Amino acid sequence: MRKVGRKNNGESRVAGHDSRSLMSWPDEVHAILRDLGVRQVGYVPDTGHARLINLVRADRRMRAIPLTTEEEGVALAVGAWLGGERSVLLMQSSGAGNCINMLGMANELRVPLLALVTMRGQWGEFNPWQVPMSQATAPSLAAIGVVVQEVARAAEVGDTVAAAARLAFSTCRMVAVLISQRVVGAKEFK
Amino acid sequence: MADILKQRGDTLVVAGLGAPVWDTAAAGDHALNFYTWGGMGGAAMIGLGLALAQPARRVLVITGDGELLMGLGSLATIAVQRPRNLAVVVMDNERYGETGMQDTHTRFGVDLTGIAKAAGFRASGTVYGAAQLKTWIPRFHRDAGPLFCDVKVTTEAAPMVLPAREGPALKNRFREALLGAKAFE
Repeated sequence: MRKVGRKNNGESRVAGHDSRSLMSWPDEVHAILRDLGVRQVGYVPDTGHARLINLVRADRRMRAIPLTTEEEGVALAVGAWLGGERSVLLMQSSGAGNCINMLGMANELRVPLLALVTMRGQWGEFNPWQVPMSQATAPSLAAIGVVVQEVARAAEVGDTVAAAARLAFSTCRMVAVLISQRVVGAKEFK
Repeated sequence: MADILKQRGDTLVVAGLGAPVWDTAAAGDHALNFYTWGGMGGAAMIGLGLALAQPARRVLVITGDGELLMGLGSLATIAVQRPRNLAVVVMDNERYGETGMQDTHTRFGVDLTGIAKAAGFRASGTVYGAAQLKTWIPRFHRDAGPLFCDVKVTTEAAPMVLPAREGPALKNRFREALLGAKAFE
């Protein structure tokens, strides 16, 4: 069996961390969500969302809601909106496919849905099992009626999330921001 | 169903697709009824989002065994949040009624109440028959949640009452009744 971590120096360059704002984009997104009055944060954990989840958990104005599968978060967002609260769904691209039928409900209802999706299976990926769903994420979300906005630079995550949130909540639509693996860094197996 | 909803007051009701929708509508249409015509497996989670957004209101999810079985994980998610104002009631005929009355897993002994209890619901129980249901109905509206009740019902089909089905109309009606003018801000 290959010991991955030992000779991995080349791969960490492939991972392409944008170190300039690596620490700051989750803080920026948290501030944006807070200022928008987002209260319910449904999430399925992902390394890329780890800091944002911690910020949400520490914020008494928000409620962190761990899900057993991503589609729960879509139904949660419908309930939150029916009750007059804004929500956001945090997940990784592997979970996008789990949501499709439930997104059909949000589509029919014209419930605003903001999803922040960290990508696996693309920039510098090591695990081949991540690739098919990753490559199908944008087309399948688009097919069920989600507006897809992709961001590949950490410095642009904040602006993109703010724009996506405005689009979602002001026009009652489903919007997903796909955050590139280039931003979150490829997972290192070691 | 009519007996359950007679004492609803200003309870917010989410009906899971299939017979629970028809039966909720048959008990009397209400602006604070939210009927799901799709999104199978999502009714309990809609109830959770609603219950967290409206902690001062009672939220009652009425769904079927097949619908809940498709979203079993939501029982775990609800138990973690522990909303005191949420009750999930399953009208369990042990069949998939909309697709030809095939047996569901509960027909083979899968115990939904046991699952809810193990997940951590504050109150849970299985109801057999009208007398037992009568003692449970006030609890649906009053007991500290999350409450779960599996109501074993017959497979006899009630007359179908079909409520409105267009998504935005159902959503806007519900939100306007609950939030007033703020629904359209």
